[in-house]
Amino acid sequence: MAEDIRDEQTPTVIADELHIVYRVNGAKTGKGSATAALSRILKRGEERGVRKVHAVKGVSFVAYKGEAVGLIGSNGSGKSTLLRAIAGLLPAESGRVYTHGQPSLLGVNAALMNDLTGERNVILGGLAMGMSREQIKERYQEIVDFSGINEKGDFITLPMRTYSSGMAARLRFSIAAAKDHDVLMIDEALATGDRKFQKRSEERIRELRKEAGTVFLVSHNNKSIRDTCNRVLWLERGELRMDGPTDEVIKEYEKFTGK
Amino acid sequence: MSETTHDGTVAVSAPASPDEGLPAAQLAGRYGLTVSGARPSLVEYVRQLWDRRHFILAFSRAKLTAQYSQAKLGQLWQVATPLLNATVYFFIFGVILNASRGMPKDVYIPFLVTGVFVFTFTQSSVMAGVRAISGNLGLVRALHFPRASLPISFALQQLQQLLFSMVVLFAVAIGFGHYPDLSWALIVPVLLLQFLFNTGLALIMARAGAKTPDLAQLMPFVMRTWMYASGVMFSIPIMLADKPQWVATVLQWNPAAIYMDLMRFALLDDYGAENLPDHVWAAAGGWAALFALGGFVYFWKAEERYGRG
Repeated sequence: MAEDIRDEQTPTVIADELHIVYRVNGAKTGKGSATAALSRILKRGEERGVRKVHAVKGVSFVAYKGEAVGLIGSNGSGKSTLLRAIAGLLPAESGRVYTHGQPSLLGVNAALMNDLTGERNVILGGLAMGMSREQIKERYQEIVDFSGINEKGDFITLPMRTYSSGMAARLRFSIAAAKDHDVLMIDEALATGDRKFQKRSEERIRELRKEAGTVFLVSHNNKSIRDTCNRVLWLERGELRMDGPTDEVIKEYEKFTGK
Repeated sequence: MSETTHDGTVAVSAPASPDEGLPAAQLAGRYGLTVSGARPSLVEYVRQLWDRRHFILAFSRAKLTAQYSQAKLGQLWQVATPLLNATVYFFIFGVILNASRGMPKDVYIPFLVTGVFVFTFTQSSVMAGVRAISGNLGLVRALHFPRASLPISFALQQLQQLLFSMVVLFAVAIGFGHYPDLSWALIVPVLLLQFLFNTGLALIMARAGAKTPDLAQLMPFVMRTWMYASGVMFSIPIMLADKPQWVATVLQWNPAAIYMDLMRFALLDDYGAENLPDHVWAAAGGWAALFALGGFVYFWKAEERYGRG
């Protein structure tokens, strides 16, 4: 019964009948007035005002070392939620995710503060990702150079709120990409900025992918999935619709979306 | 079959995934995979938290700086805000309501300012604690770190805020003739114990606020009641002289009143030990230990659920 498990294939991520449910306060259908809210609370228990969104419904798969797994599906199909659950950031309603080491999401936006200078944000972001002060000091110049923030003057010492949206996105990506990861997950639309920076960041993602054991990539761009992934999971309405080699799944997906 | 996973709960027999003959739990066990997002043991949690000490400190400092970064006067507001606060309370309670009840002015004003600053320290720690998780859900859902980093970091931010207020407090005390002496050294242990107490309270509030964000609306009223009951603007024994003795005793033993009175005792020459309840240091230490340890364990118990919001 264990013949499927070949010796050279070491599993790094196992999802077992995974269900994720979001609870949204104050979004229950019906009247939104204060009295309506009060009567809902009084009627029965605290769960009355809460609406549940079942985002991932019973997804199971096993990912192996060295695999690059693409996640596709229409908007709101549960791709990002699934990534967060694999990373252990969102608790599962039922089912489990087993991982080798600590998977990390590529992205540091939430830790950065617009009122601080770019310089301090590099340090804060690095610390938030779990880098040590020495590691940050070592990589600091590399991060700043990569972002290209200082190409047009000394912008790194200005607060981030003064940056253009493109500049801020570049700095955020540069900070996030500074750390090496064991199991790496990349959410779509990370490679922002001008054309020159896009090329540079795509290259960096490729590098990170090489260093990481297993990579998950969420994208709406079928070309970038084709270029980088050897396996694709297709999610639709929170359910795993298809799981297989990239070409097969994308072909079906394109048929489905009518391309 | 069923088997015990490393966090001690009993897993129900996992159904075999379609392309594997082996149940997921067994497959995971064979290759040494662990449950993603599982709560670490208490010892391991403390270790992880210690590893993140630089982040905790940097986050609290960043929050503190970001507060006034758009103001023209900038960081000067760190000192100007408590100064204005003290002035307002002085006009209302010292001049209009005359709550000093026979206390000479040169004692009452530093007495009042000390009370306001020390209580504000606890109050703002609680308010920051309520929002520590619920207000930073984006961060919780994006990066890994022991979640206790957030409430601890916010409590630390309030401590740094208080240190700015202390500059104002020292100026007020000296201005009214209470010069630095040996008893000022007691300020350090008082602040340390109060910080421990506040951190514990912030941890408790963070867990409660993560589950019930409505607490952010409710807490200002609770805190205001607590403030008026703790003798910020008046001396409890004098104000409650005609009430039963036990009322004053209970109020004096509440942690906010204890830390306030100890700070006044340390700072003011004319505020002697007769104003303090018995065993005051034991109470100060007891409250700090109880809340710091209890709050930490209480917060850790829900560690794996904070991402749910």
